[in-house]
Amino acid sequence: MINILVRYWPELWSGLLSTLGSSLLALVGSLILGTLFAFMEISSHRWVKFIGRVYVEVFRNIPLLVVTMFFYVVIPMFIAKVNGFTAGTIGLTIYTSAFIAETVRAGIEAVDTGQMEAARSTGLTYTQAMVQIIFPQAIKITIPPLGNQFINLVKNSSVLAFVAGFDLMYQGNVVAATTFNTSDTYLAVGLMYLILTLPLSYFMRYLEKRLA
Amino acid sequence: MHNFIQAYSWLNIRYLLEGLWVTVEVSVLSIIFSFIIGGLLGILRYVKIKYVSAIIGFVIDIIRNLPLLLILFFTYFGLPNLGFKPEVIPAAILAMTVFESAMVAEIIRSGIVAVDAGQMEAARSNGMTYVQAMWHIILPQAIRKMIPPLVSQFVSLIKDTSLATIIMLPELMYHAQIIYGQNSNYVLPMFLALAVLYFIVCYALSLLSRVLEKRLSA
Repeated sequence: MINILVRYWPELWSGLLSTLGSSLLALVGSLILGTLFAFMEISSHRWVKFIGRVYVEVFRNIPLLVVTMFFYVVIPMFIAKVNGFTAGTIGLTIYTSAFIAETVRAGIEAVDTGQMEAARSTGLTYTQAMVQIIFPQAIKITIPPLGNQFINLVKNSSVLAFVAGFDLMYQGNVVAATTFNTSDTYLAVGLMYLILTLPLSYFMRYLEKRLA
Repeated sequence: MHNFIQAYSWLNIRYLLEGLWVTVEVSVLSIIFSFIIGGLLGILRYVKIKYVSAIIGFVIDIIRNLPLLLILFFTYFGLPNLGFKPEVIPAAILAMTVFESAMVAEIIRSGIVAVDAGQMEAARSNGMTYVQAMWHIILPQAIRKMIPPLVSQFVSLIKDTSLATIIMLPELMYHAQIIYGQNSNYVLPMFLALAVLYFIVCYALSLLSRVLEKRLSA
C-alpha cells in the first residue's frame, strides 16, 4: 500500500486536489442556492413557497448520480458541452443545496419568534429584521450541520468518477487498473479520503459538544 | 413528444420496472441487515465496555467517513485480489450493509444519548436493573428520536443503490442507461422516468416516517 502511495503520488495528489476543489466550489454554491430556497420555503407568498418546497423535495428524493448524469449526458445534447468536473460539481451543488435549504430553514425556525416581533416593534421592516436579526442567529445554529454537509460533499464528490471528473476516486481507479493491485490501491485511496474527512468529523463532534 | 411515446414502450417500461425491483430488493435486504448490525454496534458503543466500545467506535468512524462508492469498489474489485470473489448482488448488499451499519450505529447511539440522563437514574432508583431500565424506559424514548434520522438514512440508502450501477448491478439506473445507450432520443425520457420512479419510492418512505413519528409521539 505504501509503495502505491509513493509511486502514484502525483496522480493521487492531483485527484485529492480535484476532490477538495469540487467540494469547496459545491459548498459555496449550495450555500447560496440553499439559503435562497430556504427563504422561498418560509415566504408568505403561496407560489414562492410552493416552488421552494418542490425544489427541496425533488432533489432530496432523487439520487445524486441521476442529477450528475443529467448534467453530463443531457445538457451537452441540448445546450452546451460540459466537462466531467463541471458537470459533477454542478450536480453536487444542486443536490446538496436541497439539504442545506432544509438545514437553514430549520435554523431560521429555531430562532425564537419573539426576536422577530421585537425587531419589528422597534421599527425594522420584515426584510431588515430577517437579514440583520434572525439570519445571523440562524447561521450560528446551522454551523454544525453545515460542517457535516461538507464532509458529505467530500464523500459524495466521488460521484465525479462516473463522469471522468479526475477526482480522487477516478484517479484511484486509474491506478488500480495500472497496478492490478486493486485491494491495496483502494486502501490507499481510502486513507487519503480519511485525511480529509476524519479530522473534520472529530472537529465537528467537538464543536457540537461545545455549542450544546 | 414522439420520442417520449416511443421511449415509454411497454418493453422499456417493463425493463425499467425490473430494474426498480432489483433496487428495492437490494435496498430492503441492506436495510434489514444494517438495522440489525448497526443497532447492535450502536448499543455496544454506547454501553462502554472497556476497549471493545472504543475499537467499535473507531471502526464506525472510519467507515462513516469513507465514500460508499469506494467501499463498493473495494468489495467488488478489491476483495478478489485478497482471494474472495463475491457475485454482483451479494457484493452490492455487502458494501451497502457495511456502510449503512456504521451510519445506523451512530444514529442509534446518539438517539440513546439524547434521552435525558435523569430517566435512567429515576428508573434505577425505582429498583429496575440496568437492562430493564434500558429496555422499558430508555429505548422506547430513544426510538422516537431515532425514527426521522433513520428513515432519511434509509432514503439515502435507496438513492445510493444507483451507485452500484458501476459494478453492473442490474438496478434501475443501470437499466435506464442501457435503454438510452441504444437510442439517444431516449435520453431525456429516461432521465424523466428515473427522477419520477426514484422520487415515488423515496418520497413514499419519507411520508411513512412522518405518519409513524406522529403516531409514536401521540
